[in-house]
Amino acid sequence: MGKRVLVIEDEANISEAIRFILSRDGWEVEIHPDGTDAASVVTACPPSLVILDVMLPGRSGFDILRSLREAEPTRAVPVLMLTAKGQAADRELAARFGATRFMTKPFANADLLAAVRDLAVT
Amino acid sequence: MPRSALTGTRIRARRTASGLRQADLARMVGVSPSYLNLIEHNRRNVAPDLLHKLAGALGIAPEDLLEGGESAVMEAARAAAAWVTAHGGDGAAPAPDAPELERIEEFLGRFPGWAMVVAAMQRRVEELERVVEQLSDRMAHDPYLPAALHEIVSAVTSVQSTAAILADGEDIAPEWRRKFHANMLADSVRLADGAEALVNYLDASNTRETGLAAPQEEVEAWLAARDYHIPEIEAQAPVDLRALVAAQVEIASDAARSLALRWLTRFRADARAMPLEPMLAAVAEHGVAPARLSRQFGVPLDRVFRRLAVLPPGQGLPALGLVLCDGSGTLTFRRPVEGFALPRFGGACPLWPLYQALLRPLQPIHAQLVTSARIAQQFEVFAYASNVAETRFDAPAVIEAGMLLVPASLRTQTAGAARAPLRVGPSCRICPEAGCPARREPSILARVGDGNAGQGGTGAAAASMRSEG
Repeated sequence: MGKRVLVIEDEANISEAIRFILSRDGWEVEIHPDGTDAASVVTACPPSLVILDVMLPGRSGFDILRSLREAEPTRAVPVLMLTAKGQAADRELAARFGATRFMTKPFANADLLAAVRDLAVT
Repeated sequence: MPRSALTGTRIRARRTASGLRQADLARMVGVSPSYLNLIEHNRRNVAPDLLHKLAGALGIAPEDLLEGGESAVMEAARAAAAWVTAHGGDGAAPAPDAPELERIEEFLGRFPGWAMVVAAMQRRVEELERVVEQLSDRMAHDPYLPAALHEIVSAVTSVQSTAAILADGEDIAPEWRRKFHANMLADSVRLADGAEALVNYLDASNTRETGLAAPQEEVEAWLAARDYHIPEIEAQAPVDLRALVAAQVEIASDAARSLALRWLTRFRADARAMPLEPMLAAVAEHGVAPARLSRQFGVPLDRVFRRLAVLPPGQGLPALGLVLCDGSGTLTFRRPVEGFALPRFGGACPLWPLYQALLRPLQPIHAQLVTSARIAQQFEVFAYASNVAETRFDAPAVIEAGMLLVPASLRTQTAGAARAPLRVGPSCRICPEAGCPARREPSILARVGDGNAGQGGTGAAAASMRSEG
């Protein structure tokens, strides 16, 4: 599986910062900005970890997460949910749909990196 | 005696002083706890009948709940005492002894200055509570604030992460450094714009509102609580609509009652023209097909729209949305449908087929829409406008337009489905469409120009909208 992280995030500057932070730590980072076909991108080549935004164009992160958890090839892929919405309801929804961890924006780079190291299946 | 915006506060104070729970008092007077909560927070007027019931349940005269029932200072002091009794102080200090309510007149007489201070503080607390409630209400129902806050948090996240990268002291290749500086500049501008727009928005709405809902909101909340279906209007026998409205404790203000009576009169006429059983059978057989229903029942399209929007929920019927506007474009009726944001304040998206219909009365419009929200939703839309006033020489036409929204997953007609759907927003402030010729003010969403430019233009409107055959 290697050390590959798939970032599903539509904010280009945020995903660019994430790419830099993780690349510097030796991770191979792939960015996907659209929610519509995100689940099939994960299925096609399951990464070590998915960083998944909630508010995405085309399809919500929760919806994508549910698809991932329902499909055998992606059922066990760790998913770190990332969202600007930090309400308890979102956390509960993320947990119910099978998120491995939930992190709110804005986040500290060190925390993000620690979470990736902790969760990724390499 | 006038019922002021603070009648609810008095009810709450008297209830807590009596040691009654909100749910108990609600049950005693025959309303739901949530409705009593709205009243106590001064967000609904209290109908006279209900006021008498509440006073009876609290063991006081109705006048005691009205403005002027007792001196303002005593009233405020009593409310402050009730709050302390109910909440037990501020949590940091030990709970104080219960206020000596039986000596309140003595307190006011002996220490008028201190009594004024208590009263002033209590009034200020109530004012601030109402501001918080209004903002919470906006957060829950106004699509603008969540969108604005999301935009700001996204920009902050980007700035924070990028700044941390630049600040951590490690060597960064010059091209990356340049890129990050450019990103930070762009996000800083975006952050400043978003914050300014948010402040302007909050400033504009920071009027000293009474906290009472507008009549239209009062009626819409009442209809929403009933899933937009009023079984009484379906009866074949005559119905006393005035009595029906008077019996609705949720509709308290005279203006709202007048508005509710107007809508019920129209809904009743629609129901007589399209009785429930044949209507349900026709929808079950043909789906949501306004033109077919119009022909079958021999009624105009606007009536079909309204009838479809107030059919009973369940029974396999889809949840439909309906928006009506008058000739000025003001939304006069909103039945929301999930996935299609309807603005509560200000004008809606000028590209809505609702407004195209307004420009072409009597010309039915059938279109496919996709919302410009981040999570786009598709809808099949029918729009139609007609003169709702009596046709007379030398009298102005009173045009009303309606737009029926059918979630695309329930689409029953294939016509028009092949065209690219028209991209529309809720209103310009929270629409990210770049280059839209209909834009009347800048969006607070900085995501304009990321590939959607042009889709919301009038060209797209012309391509995806057609007259219903």
